[in-house]
Amino acid sequence: MTPADTLRFATRAATAWPLRTALMMLAMSIGVAAVVVLTALGDGARRYVVNEFSALGASLLIVLPGRTETGGVNAGSFVSSTPRELTNADAAALLRLSLVQRVAPLAVGNAEIAVGGRLREATVVGTSADFLELRGLRIGQGSFLPREDFNRASAVAVIGDTLRSELFPGQGAVGRMIRVGDTRLRVIGVLAPSGRGLGMTTDELVLVPVATAQAMFDTSGLFRIFVEARGREALPGAQRQVEERLRARRDGELDFTVITQDAVLGTFDRILGALTLGVAGIAAISLAVAGILVMNVMLVAVTQRTAEIGLLKALGARAGTIRAAFLAEAALLSVAGALAGFALGHAGAWGVRLAFPELPAWPPDWAVVAALATALGTGVLFGVLPARRAARLDAVQALSKR
Amino acid sequence: MAQIELDHIDRIFRLGDSEVHALRDVTLRIEAGEYVSVMGPSGSGKSTLLNLLGLLDRPNAGAYRLEGRDVTTLSPDEQATVRSARIGFVFQSFHLVPRLSAAENIGLPLVLAGVPAAERAPRVTQALDDFGLEGRAHHRPDELSGGQRQRVAIARATIMRPAMLLADEPTGNLDRATGHEVTALLEALNAAGTTLIVVTHDPAMGERARRRILMEDGAIRQDLRAAAAAPESPGSGSTAPPP
Repeated sequence: MTPADTLRFATRAATAWPLRTALMMLAMSIGVAAVVVLTALGDGARRYVVNEFSALGASLLIVLPGRTETGGVNAGSFVSSTPRELTNADAAALLRLSLVQRVAPLAVGNAEIAVGGRLREATVVGTSADFLELRGLRIGQGSFLPREDFNRASAVAVIGDTLRSELFPGQGAVGRMIRVGDTRLRVIGVLAPSGRGLGMTTDELVLVPVATAQAMFDTSGLFRIFVEARGREALPGAQRQVEERLRARRDGELDFTVITQDAVLGTFDRILGALTLGVAGIAAISLAVAGILVMNVMLVAVTQRTAEIGLLKALGARAGTIRAAFLAEAALLSVAGALAGFALGHAGAWGVRLAFPELPAWPPDWAVVAALATALGTGVLFGVLPARRAARLDAVQALSKR
Repeated sequence: MAQIELDHIDRIFRLGDSEVHALRDVTLRIEAGEYVSVMGPSGSGKSTLLNLLGLLDRPNAGAYRLEGRDVTTLSPDEQATVRSARIGFVFQSFHLVPRLSAAENIGLPLVLAGVPAAERAPRVTQALDDFGLEGRAHHRPDELSGGQRQRVAIARATIMRPAMLLADEPTGNLDRATGHEVTALLEALNAAGTTLIVVTHDPAMGERARRRILMEDGAIRQDLRAAAAAPESPGSGSTAPPP
């Protein structure tokens, strides 16, 4: 039998029992669709998080005071003291590095904000002029913090859009005075509403010069220093420079941590990637179940068509020919089911994207390929046993069966 | 050399503890072009003999030479090739594939033999014409009458131009008139040179054959040759032991 004839024969057999074939395809397609939709969800979540982080800036270095030791317990662990804090002078020193473009020191605290009779609790972020560009923020009204020495405590503030509407409902905020804690500050600008940003919204922030915040919270240290390298390629070099400079400034001691955006991103990427893989694995179980169903259906087919198999043998069909015909039928059922599931899964992913527009729920290519290959693989694998049984049937007994 | 040479064939079936001798020491010569009927009561071994002749079954002992070649020692695939090229089967219950049209059923042996589609079409069309099935090419078996079904089955059995036709109760499922029609068709094929071996219960049909074999308990009881038609040399059709 030529391959084309084998395929045609199998197709005729598959279409001769439409209900059986449809149910079989349904089982297989649910398995494939489950893999496609679930991996689309998992991968969509991964991409969502990665995008969120990318919004922070791709060439960002974050300097934290203190050192996270991953080397286990050593002699130093017992004698080391509290790390020295990061200071404005450190931040200013980083700004002079060749691969560094922007530096924003960060001092953060909570304070009560009062305008006239209105009182409100808000997060106060002490930073510098570079913060605006570094975080990709836009100014709505007025201007941002002035570019000046980090140690200069100007009595100015930039407020978020939500704060503006709550503190100054229906009136201009720029030029007005607010009291933050015990300090009176002049509002020089309002941020454009953003709503974006991981964890905290900038709409409810009060931004003040870093020295103003330090005076307010009575501290000389910094919570973080944000450093932007000159482009993504310069990131490793910039990280090295930052580490060398800070180390030199603190007598060769490495009591600070420099993390890159990429490192954080990579961690999330790996975690969510593994999650997607796990979900795909669970969905693949349904494919194995569908494979067993293929076997069952084909075993029934062999029993049902015993007389036909006997006839084929009488007409001179070799065992291999009969095996190929039944294997082709199993493969055909699997492929048709897998393709239907592929379409079904994409429709499902489309529905998810429609329901949650912010989630880029596209099934990853590897998952689609793996699902289709598994479907075909299990179909053929579980088709082998029935095909062999068909080929081994005794012709005389098979023919006598009606 | 006869076309079919069976020597001391034994076929034993085991049913639980007991052994059933379906064929005992059967020795038989059949020349090319003969018309043989095999009759006998149920369980006399006539169907087993037919299956053996058609290479669907293997003997427990003895030798079967088909056209001078020992076919009992062939591998299953080699036997399949012999069946495909040399042997045609006609069954009592027709054994048509229900989902295939008449034309496709007739073309099935060609498909199994790997004959390309372009070459198949004219041969199938010719067969449909030869067996009076012109208008029935695209009908499925359940849309055909009994006689038409058996004609499709005979067309299928002969499409590979086999040397012998093995028919097991070919008229058993047909009414009298249709049965005569089918018998005439088979006899016409025999007249054209194909060896015809018919297993039947029907004495009327059995009587028509030029050579009549009567089986009983797995052995040949009687081997009669009609006086009118005996083109073969004397002795070649007997159950005489091999030289």
